[in-house]
Amino acid sequence: MPATSKATRDQSHARVFDLDVMSLRELNQALHNLTPGSNETAWEVLNPKGNHSVAVGVDQPVTIDVRGSVGYYCGGMNSGSTITVHGSAGPGVGENMMSGSIIIKGDASQYAGATGRGGLLVIEGNASSRCGISMKGIDIVVRGNIGHMSAFMAQSGNLVVLGDAGDALGDSIYEARLFVRGKVGSLGADCIAKEMRPEHLELLQGLLDRAGITGVKPTEFKRYGSARTLYNFNIDNADAY
Amino acid sequence: MCGIVGLFLKDKSLEPQLGSMLSEMLISLSDRGPDSAGIAIYGAPSKNEAKITIQSARPERDFRGLDTELAKAIGTPVSIVVKSTHAVVRTTPAKIDEAREAIQALRPDIRVMGAGDVVEIYKEVGMPEAVVNRFDVRSMTGTHGIGHTRMATESAVTTMGAHPFSTGADQCLVHNGSLSNHNNVRRELVREGMKFETENDTEVAAAYLSSQMAHGKNLGEALKGTLSDLDGFFTFVVGTKNGFGVVRDPIACKPAVMAETDQYVAFGSEYRALTKLPGIDNARVWEPEPATVYFWEH
Repeated sequence: MPATSKATRDQSHARVFDLDVMSLRELNQALHNLTPGSNETAWEVLNPKGNHSVAVGVDQPVTIDVRGSVGYYCGGMNSGSTITVHGSAGPGVGENMMSGSIIIKGDASQYAGATGRGGLLVIEGNASSRCGISMKGIDIVVRGNIGHMSAFMAQSGNLVVLGDAGDALGDSIYEARLFVRGKVGSLGADCIAKEMRPEHLELLQGLLDRAGITGVKPTEFKRYGSARTLYNFNIDNADAY
Repeated sequence: MCGIVGLFLKDKSLEPQLGSMLSEMLISLSDRGPDSAGIAIYGAPSKNEAKITIQSARPERDFRGLDTELAKAIGTPVSIVVKSTHAVVRTTPAKIDEAREAIQALRPDIRVMGAGDVVEIYKEVGMPEAVVNRFDVRSMTGTHGIGHTRMATESAVTTMGAHPFSTGADQCLVHNGSLSNHNNVRRELVREGMKFETENDTEVAAAYLSSQMAHGKNLGEALKGTLSDLDGFFTFVVGTKNGFGVVRDPIACKPAVMAETDQYVAFGSEYRALTKLPGIDNARVWEPEPATVYFWEH
């Protein structure tokens, strides 16, 4: 995919941060010090070893290759950068991402892409529970499976899953679109299967292309979304409260 | 929050390093819970002796002369090794229950941390590194062990409120989370005859498992029972004489990562805890599924 090839091309010029030698704070401060037009466009992070908050709050269009597995909140609030984690990610990867992209080569733990506003999160392995919870415009593409309660209260954006989804998919969903190629454990409240119209096939093809996924057809997916029955208070449900 | 770790060795050549491996795992999670920390180590079994780990807030007063007095009280030789506020009492397996009662009669202020053929339990208020250093955990050898660093949420920050909790011979449990029906379950277990030392929710989970196993269930079956009988948030890591188990509640919001190689099975609240283990880069690393029991036995 474009992000990886650019990082590889810039390898010889990449600014390398070894977290065995330097502190996480130094790394994040250096990334936050970047100004528009900086020629330090390629970064490499070594020995992340499950550290929290690697490359959070980056707001310049640089590429960051993280060589190893990260802990909580990697790439949180990302705005415009392309972060590739050559390992797995802990909870909350890409939380509240605004734009740019994050690629996880391994698995992601719970609430990947939570509350994300924009950009693209690609998880090449499996994602855990609550993937895309309360997503607000982010696009998430998962090659493997996702866990239970994914896309809970998802508001907008697209969640694409090439494998299976766990229980209670899309519970209390608003207007996000969910595309699942495999089985769905169960649908959450107010989430229903919907027809795949030409505009959805086109949208899905675009998402697969952006995620660098080939050999998979949009017609292999089912679409799920909101039945919109929870949007207004229904007096018949008054006894439930 | 809280941080929990567990390590079950398959490769005997690693046994001399169990204490140091488990110590490093626990220290790496220090910022998940600075209140208190504890560790349980399962050592080599011996036909001729069983162990009781005891604790006192005034070790100089309570441990002095205890070996002689205890040996006289139960009519059998006793050895005691003191480590800071804790001490390990060894005597013949047949006399272990009698020794436990005699200790309480001779020294009413002493608390029993745990007892069994192989387990030793050390826990105190303080950061993991301080606790590990105080009890020289790094030098300990063994087959498996579990550890906990606590951020207290529902009961006092005391030695007795620290994990692991042990409520049966060679059984102990560490917990990340909080239970909501522990008072009810405690009342039921008290009716069965179980005794409790604290108001802590985790002690109830430990006693629940001890009760289930006393009724003939194996570790896996007992762990499965927690899914229907305990309400609340939990990731449990449990040790028995020859076993090691993990279970998470169906919501599974408390983090958990596991790793397995030919040499070991390891558990950590976070991947950070596993990064120093040998061969971790080639280990199978996964997140345990919600409402799914995992257990291994030697």
